[in-house]
Amino acid sequence: MRGIWTFVEVQDGAIEDVSLEVLGKASELAREKGVESSAVIAGWQLSNIVEETAKYPVDKIYYVEHELLRQYSPSAYAKALHQLVERHKPEIMLFGATYNGADIAARLAVKTGAGLIAHVVGLEIERETGMLIGHVPGFGGSIVAVCRCRPNVLQMATVRPGVLEKPQPAGGNAEIIKFSPELNEQDVGLRLVERSVSPTIDITRAERVVVAGMGTGGDLTPLKQLAEKIGAELAVTRPLADMGAAPRDVQIGSTGYSLRSKLAIIAGASGAAHFVSGIRDVKTVIAINTDPNAPIFEFADYYVVGDLFKIIPRLTQALAR
Amino acid sequence: MKIIVCVKVVPKVEEVSFDPETKTLDRSKATNELNEADKNALEAALRLKEKVGGTVVAVSMGPPFFEPFLKLCVAMGADDAVLLSDKAFAAADTYSTSYVLAQAAKKIGYDLILCGESTADSGTAQVPPQMAEWLGIPHVSYASTIEATDGKLLVRRTVKGGYELVETPLPALISVELGSNTPRFPDFKRKRWADREFKLTIWGSKDLTLDMQNVGRQGSKTDVIDLRMLAPTERKRIKIEGTEEEIAEKLASIIKET
Repeated sequence: MRGIWTFVEVQDGAIEDVSLEVLGKASELAREKGVESSAVIAGWQLSNIVEETAKYPVDKIYYVEHELLRQYSPSAYAKALHQLVERHKPEIMLFGATYNGADIAARLAVKTGAGLIAHVVGLEIERETGMLIGHVPGFGGSIVAVCRCRPNVLQMATVRPGVLEKPQPAGGNAEIIKFSPELNEQDVGLRLVERSVSPTIDITRAERVVVAGMGTGGDLTPLKQLAEKIGAELAVTRPLADMGAAPRDVQIGSTGYSLRSKLAIIAGASGAAHFVSGIRDVKTVIAINTDPNAPIFEFADYYVVGDLFKIIPRLTQALAR
Repeated sequence: MKIIVCVKVVPKVEEVSFDPETKTLDRSKATNELNEADKNALEAALRLKEKVGGTVVAVSMGPPFFEPFLKLCVAMGADDAVLLSDKAFAAADTYSTSYVLAQAAKKIGYDLILCGESTADSGTAQVPPQMAEWLGIPHVSYASTIEATDGKLLVRRTVKGGYELVETPLPALISVELGSNTPRFPDFKRKRWADREFKLTIWGSKDLTLDMQNVGRQGSKTDVIDLRMLAPTERKRIKIEGTEEEIAEKLASIIKET
């Protein structure tokens, strides 16, 4: 029975949200196609993750366990998954388009001669052929390429985080299949020396967001105060993330994340094409910029031509009244 | 250290127009430029060379109009540049692109291959790890700094919420994070030399050892079957005017309503 597989990515002992988002969609597509939906978990001593995954709508869980999969190594993971794919020959395999998920998927695609559709924002099954269709945003996000793999190859896609809904836990009847890959030290290649991460906010789920652009000159203080006042998350445009003013996790646009918030207040951003694709799905956009010709005003519901350092503190005060 | 830097020439995305009738992209009016992240990769390569010595070769797969951009890489400091150009390479997806680049890297010889994290036009970020797989070497993605220490590299890579320090043996492939350094301007004298005297190496399919089953459109594993333009979101575009106090009050009431 060939089916649809979802790679469940584990980071610091927890399942990545995007993996569950993809798993939910995969199970929907599998029902539509009349095939099984399976989750693939790879690592070392992850029985709690297997248990957690089994709470979601999925028919089978392949648990690929090996001591050498304790740490990040795209080559070792790709080798282990290749062995599993050879054994069970799935039709479709999906990954979250995360830093590690995309790395592993790319290597696995070369090993298996698979078609790989990258960073999709939408997935469907083509009615006539039963094949996977992926929607890939390109050219700054204004154009979507509809992509399909060649016939008779493994069809793979990586899915952008935050574009699909996370499913509700349901079921719990998944069959669990353990698999021990053959790996040796040389397959790992890399050695993780240090890992330093702090908890991140999922900016794609924020209800209210204040976005800082280059017009702030990197001084985010007034925008932080405003964000705090209205219970919003603070996000930035790409140049500010490049400067290191904020982490990539809150970078908005085609090279970062897309917002789906009710409100976005955008201060000091000019409105470059790669940025505005990230605010398409925001309900109400307010923009502030000193340049009366800033393109961002075309993408705003309300806009102010003015100095954010004068307007924003007064706005925060006005909201306190 | 022998370093290869893979670069691509991309059109400025905001200057590419789309004809919804014919469903084709018109790149003819768009300015072409070296992909930004690839410039970061080249800069990282040049800094490594300055520290540990060696050579830097820029490589690109593309049509003949890429030539001046490879010369720009040489003007910035690359020792040599190779353009992989052949009709047979055209219409390649990441699978066949990474294959041809990998075969070229084998011919040139390398200790380290650097790529930009992704390209501005299609942005899949797949070519670097796929190339590493073809070559059977380790890869580290989204590197912000690279340090050479006795035959190994210590790489700081960006991950969700922070960073990882990863040690990799050589040979290896590393994709360099966009914006992780400030690429240098070409040296004026070197630019003149690169434009006038430097001879670019151009290789076609006959110059490489290739299984043509993996090359170009024929070797690709995916097809773009349709292009769709996303209609811009309807916006009210209401200008808020008045004194700074009045503007603040008006905005406050809009925010309270949403």
